[in-house]
Amino acid sequence: MSVIETSGLGKQYRDIWALRDCTMAIPAGRIVALVGPNGAGKTTLLHLTVGLARATTGSVTVLGGAPAGSLWALERIAFVAQDVPLYGYLSVAEMLDLAANMNRRFDRRRSESRLSELGIALGHKVGKLSGGQRAQLALTIAFSRHPDLLVLDEPLSGLDPLARHDFMASLMIAVAEDGLSVVFSSHVISELERVADYLVLLSGGRVQVMGEISELVAGHATLSGPPVDAGRIAERFAVVQSQRAGRQAQLLVRTGNGQGALPEGWDSAEVTLEELVLAYLREPSACALPGPALVGLPSPKGTTA
Amino acid sequence: MTVDKPSAERGSADSGHTVSPINFRIDPRSGVPIYLQLVNQVNHALRLGHLRQGDQLPRVRDVVGSLSINPNTVVKAYREIERAGYAVGRPGQGTFIVATPRVTPAEKLNGLRRSLVRGWLSDAIAAGLDHDEITALFTAALRDSEIAIGSSEPGGTAQRDGQGEAVA
Repeated sequence: MSVIETSGLGKQYRDIWALRDCTMAIPAGRIVALVGPNGAGKTTLLHLTVGLARATTGSVTVLGGAPAGSLWALERIAFVAQDVPLYGYLSVAEMLDLAANMNRRFDRRRSESRLSELGIALGHKVGKLSGGQRAQLALTIAFSRHPDLLVLDEPLSGLDPLARHDFMASLMIAVAEDGLSVVFSSHVISELERVADYLVLLSGGRVQVMGEISELVAGHATLSGPPVDAGRIAERFAVVQSQRAGRQAQLLVRTGNGQGALPEGWDSAEVTLEELVLAYLREPSACALPGPALVGLPSPKGTTA
Repeated sequence: MTVDKPSAERGSADSGHTVSPINFRIDPRSGVPIYLQLVNQVNHALRLGHLRQGDQLPRVRDVVGSLSINPNTVVKAYREIERAGYAVGRPGQGTFIVATPRVTPAEKLNGLRRSLVRGWLSDAIAAGLDHDEITALFTAALRDSEIAIGSSEPGGTAQRDGQGEAVA
């Protein structure tokens, strides 16, 4: 089952395309990291997925084919927006009352026991909570709806390292207990490898890289050797990024299913997820998409498959 | 794929007093995949006797809660340990150690160490090799002999290195 499936999805605001030609199928049960520079279309994609925006072109369905924004889908998806919208003048208990009244599924007992584990008192005013506590409260409300899919827009922004760790730990425990799917956008790529198992990299409103993180990491390598052979290497592999010094060229390449024998004097090294993401961010024209996702692309640009 | 194990563990969630004998830690800079770090730490604990037959590995929920890592990673590591024959997953309870690696007796180890110091190592030092050269040469020689022994190693449940060939 695909937790999110899009086909030729695009969103235009006035004369600017925030997202275009987006075709993807994200399998269920994953923790998906959505990364990309500011203005890449991350929030737009998330809003289209949860039904907060309407597509200009194409379609998006969730949880095995339900139209995004349909009542059925809304009941099974929880979304925490970037600015963690909570009412500051309410107490924590009143915030829970509100959430319980606004949702058909809401597990009040679960939210209270989570908050007491976290040491957040029900009588506290929401506006007086720390940034980390506010994020935890929003997450608690989201979990208590027992969603099948949890969507978080920049959940870590503005949190200190400890609050970030605790927030992610809460999220990981919920995934372990409920087996829900998670999609979150983030700028913190150094911590992605710990938590995410699926990557979607957006750039300029398009999907640039997508796939299982373990496969992406295994399918790329940094090759280094004498610059004279760099051209031959580039003929065999899709080059994501190349750097040349006087006696050594270094190419981050997509090896796919194997690299075979390299020319004399060339070495291959594994890449980390962080290196991989940074390389693609620096080279917006390179891309790595799984086969089927290419099919629906109306205008295949420099695909390096 | 992750769903069966963690939800099965929920049943025993309130028996929180069972403490696992080991704790995991993650080195984000090591470059070793996280699941492999977990596998290596279990292998290490088995070798040192910190994990014995019947011991329970830390619950998936507890590991992800303390390290803030993806539950699938822990499940993958435990599957790897099960595949090596050291542990068994029991639905609704957790993952338990059922076998330990063959441990070489201390006197045997001491004897081997002595012969290494008096023999090859003193030759190498006499020949003027420094620490790094000795390490490199020893590692290379070890690799040669591993290649020579190759697949003649028996089916591998009781003896496993966990140094990287577990990646598959």
